[in-house]
Formats: sequence, structure tokens, C-alpha cells
Amino acid sequence: MEANQDILANIKRRQFWDFVFAMMGLMSLLFALITLLALIVDLAVTGVPRINFDFFTNFPSRFAERAGILSAWVGSFCIMLTTAFCAIPLGVAAGVYLEEYSKKNWISHLIELNIINLAGIPSITYGLMALGLFVYKLKLGQSILTAGLTLGLLVLPIIIVTTREAIRAIPNTIREASYAMGASKWQTIRYHILPYSSGGILTGVIISLSRAIGETAPLITIGALTFIAFLPTPPVEGHFPFLNFKWLMDPFTVMPIQMFNWLSRPQPEFHVNAAATGVILLLMTLIMNGGAIYLRSRFRKKMKW
Amino acid sequence: MRRLRERLIETVLFFAAASSVLVTVGIVGILVTESIPFFAHVSVIDFLTDTQWTPLFENPRYGILPLLCGTFLSTIIALTVAIPLGTVAAAFLSEYVRPSAREVLKPILELLAAVPTVVYGYFALLFVTPLLQKLIPSLGGFNVLSAGLVIGMMIVPYVSSLSEDAMRTVPNHLREASFAVGASRMQTAFRVVIPAAFSGITSAYILGISRALGETMVVAIAAGMQPNLTLNPTEPAATITAFIVQVSLGDLPHGSIGYQSIYVAGLSLLLLTLCFNIVGLYLRKKFQERE
Repeated sequence: MEANQDILANIKRRQFWDFVFAMMGLMSLLFALITLLALIVDLAVTGVPRINFDFFTNFPSRFAERAGILSAWVGSFCIMLTTAFCAIPLGVAAGVYLEEYSKKNWISHLIELNIINLAGIPSITYGLMALGLFVYKLKLGQSILTAGLTLGLLVLPIIIVTTREAIRAIPNTIREASYAMGASKWQTIRYHILPYSSGGILTGVIISLSRAIGETAPLITIGALTFIAFLPTPPVEGHFPFLNFKWLMDPFTVMPIQMFNWLSRPQPEFHVNAAATGVILLLMTLIMNGGAIYLRSRFRKKMKW
Repeated sequence: MRRLRERLIETVLFFAAASSVLVTVGIVGILVTESIPFFAHVSVIDFLTDTQWTPLFENPRYGILPLLCGTFLSTIIALTVAIPLGTVAAAFLSEYVRPSAREVLKPILELLAAVPTVVYGYFALLFVTPLLQKLIPSLGGFNVLSAGLVIGMMIVPYVSSLSEDAMRTVPNHLREASFAVGASRMQTAFRVVIPAAFSGITSAYILGISRALGETMVVAIAAGMQPNLTLNPTEPAATITAFIVQVSLGDLPHGSIGYQSIYVAGLSLLLLTLCFNIVGLYLRKKFQERE
């Protein structure tokens, strides 16, 4: 009888501790989510009233109420374009090679180990590398091109890893069916593997671009200016050849740098501007990440091999 | 003809993959070659033992200790937030929550890592610091404490996501065996699942540490950028990364000693993260052998 009660008491005690631990888990999740919420609400309360049409079409100014983010969002846009142009082909090609071609030898082992390691390297060291290599050795200057290349290299591992995951999810039967029809390896990749994995690859591309748009430190390191009151050269012109790439060599600023610049001033009016820029930045990254999450879950559901 | 085309494509793809190695070679190469001239001016012993870091002053002193101190201080504060919170959240998500709820909660938690770091800097300076000042009235506007706390919140998803992945790969029969001998859910989580997933959890911690060491904007905005040899988290301090930002904002001539000093700082940071990665690799190997 007494032993029975002992056991019952023991069970009670364990159930109690189980419950306590479950509560701790819930609390830590809630704590993280409340922090995120506090950040968003605090930023929105200060920043949203400042956002109007003029805020997007004005250049930065010494007067807080007249300042805008025109040069910053144009700069961010141009740099994203350059980043996408250099990172996507390179990253997808590398992912395809590692998943479809590479043999188990020391070279592929080295490449894989290296990609894991790149993920742990602080982003500011990419900026130092770009300052030494692109700005001074290759003489590209403190330009949009340098910034785009720097961020492109920074997000390369993300694109490679997600491309590989997307390709790995395709079952071998698809490849075998393609080979059985007499397709070559490249034809199989071109007409089957790449189209089927495009959803996963797109997820990686969106995540990497959302990372690039918020990245500040490497761009400060390569010497981005914090005050720019002009736009890059327009890419279209009225005479032959109608397109020019001079804008690639123009100096730039981006939204995070503009925000940092306003944040490091003592006057609170500029902090309001910083908050407004932060709202726009946050909105863009959250929309991009939300889109990526949606795409991922949609493709996971749709693909029933 | 077809064979040739196939070979050509394979070669092109190989070079794309190999380019990632070139990035590493570029980073290490540039940091080392730009740092070497620095040590022609400053002896390594001074660099490692001097207690002042004032490379841009009239009488420059080049002791890395204050920067290391600031870096470690902010990292330690960040980890005391991120490791308990991240691990408990991971164990909760993997052992207690229904899979359908987990599919929703995990991506939301990951949004914490998606927020741009400059926005976290704003949050630390204009939300967390005033909040802390209500608790500690003597706290200044710039301090390592709020920067560290915010970095900690920022790296929670790095710790929890990877830990949760590792815990979920623990085979279910281990859990069933544990339940069968009468263990509770919590006992199973702590005595079976976490030890079995330890190698994965370790690599999650290591990634968290590298993120905290290399985090730049939060410390540059909220910690004050003053090289300060102190262990008091309520004082302002500078980290290695904050120093690099501070110097980059000015107009430094290429080749000057100030220019070289940011490379020396960057190299120190890289060596530091490399050390942690190697320790992580070693721990993982050791625990994988045991399994």
C-alpha cells in the first residue's frame, strides 16, 4: 500500500516537472516572439508617421524634415541587381556541379568543407577583402560594382546550399527515366533537374537577396559614402548603343547605411528618419522571407514523387 | 561533338564550384598580405600585451587587448541569452509540440534572424537601453550590456533551429525505449535526446558563437566604439568589428598604418572564429565516434 503511494507521488512529481519544463519552453518561445513584436511595434510607432511620398523622392539633407531616401533606395536597388546577376548563375552552377557531377575525391571534399566554413566567416571580413582586392588591387573604386560583387560573394554559400537541397530532393527515377530516353547528362539537368528544382532554388535566391538588402557592415568597410545627393548615371540614353553601364562605376549609398548615418546623429528628429527607413527595410525583408517560407511549403506539398 | 559539349559544360560547372574556394583564398590572402607591413612597425609582443588601442591618435598605441575584451564581453552576454533560450526552445519544439504547430512556430522564430542588423542596432540603442536604464539608473547611453542582450536575441534562431534539427534526427526508438523504462518526457529530453544529438547541438552553438563574435552593426551603434579594457558590461566599449566600422567611416589613405590596422583587426577576428570552428569540428568528431 505504502509502495503504491510512493509510486503515485513519484508520478505526480514527474508530471509536475514535465509541466514546468513545458512552460519554460513556451516562455522562451514567447519571449523570442515578444521581442520580435516589440521591435516591430517600436519601430512602426516612431517611423510610420514619417513615411510619405516625399520621403521616397527627396535626397538626404541637413534638415531632418526635408531629408529622404531617394539615393538610398536607388542604390539598394542597383546593388541588388548586380548581386543577383553575379551570385545566382555562379551559385546555381556550383550547386549543380556538387550534386550531379562531383565524385567523392579530395577536391569535392575540400569544396564542401570550405562552403560550411564560409558560413561562419563574419560578413565584415568580406568587406575587408573587397576593400583590398576590388577597390585597390583591381581598381574598381568604391562603386556599385564593387558593392554588388562583395554582397554576391557573401550570399554565394546560401544559394549553393539551397540549390543542392532542392536538387537532392529529386528522386533518382527521374534521372534514370531521362537517361533511358537517350538524354545526355546535361540534357537531363537542363530539361528535368533544373525545372523541377526551380522552386527550391528560387527560395534560396529570395533569402539571399533579403540578406543582401539588410547587410551594412561590408559596404561601410569598402567605403560607401554616407551622404549622397545624386543618382547613378541612368542606364538608358538617347543615342546609340542606348544602354550604358557607367552606373556600375558610380558611388552609392544604401538604405541600411542611410539608416545607420541618421541613427548615429544626436538629434532625435534624425532618429525618426532612421525609424522610417527601418520600417521600409524590415517590411522588405519580412515580405521576402515570408514569400520564401510560403514557396518552400507550397513546393513541399505539391511535389509528391 | 556531343561528348565535347558535355565535357565543356562539366568544366564550366566545376569552375563555378571551385570559385567558392577562391573566395576563402582571397579573404585569407588579402588579410594576411595587408597585415604584414603592420608588424614591421609594431612588435607582436606590444600588439598582444599593450593595454591601449589608439592607432589614430598622435601617440598611437597598438594593443589588441581592449578590442578583444569588448568582443568577448559582448559575445559572452549574447551567449548567456541565446544558449539557454535557444536550447530550451529547441527541446520544446522537438519533444513537446505537435508537428503541425512546429511547422508554424519554427519559421516565425527564424524571422528573428532575418531582421537586418542595423534595425537591431536601432532597437538596442533606442528601446533596450532606455528600458535597462529604468532598472540600472547609472547606465550610460552607450553600453555593452544592451548590445550583448540584443545580439543574444538575434542568434537565438541560429541555436534553436539547428539544435532542433539535430534533436529531430534522433531515432524514435530511443525515445520509445526511454518511455518504456518509465522515464518522463523531460527525462527523455535531457538524458536521451540531447546527449544523442550532442554533436549537432555543438555545431549550433559554434555557429552562434561565430555570429556573436562577428556581429558588427549592433555593437557599432549601441556599445559606444570606445576601446576600453574593462569587464564591466555597463560601460561603453569597442569590439574588433566596431573598430573596423569606425575607421572605415573616416577617409583613410591606402597603405597608412591606420589602414593596415583594420586588416590586423580583421585577421585577429578571423583567427578567433577559426579557432572556435576547429574546436567545434573536433568536438563533433569526438562525439560521433562514440555513438
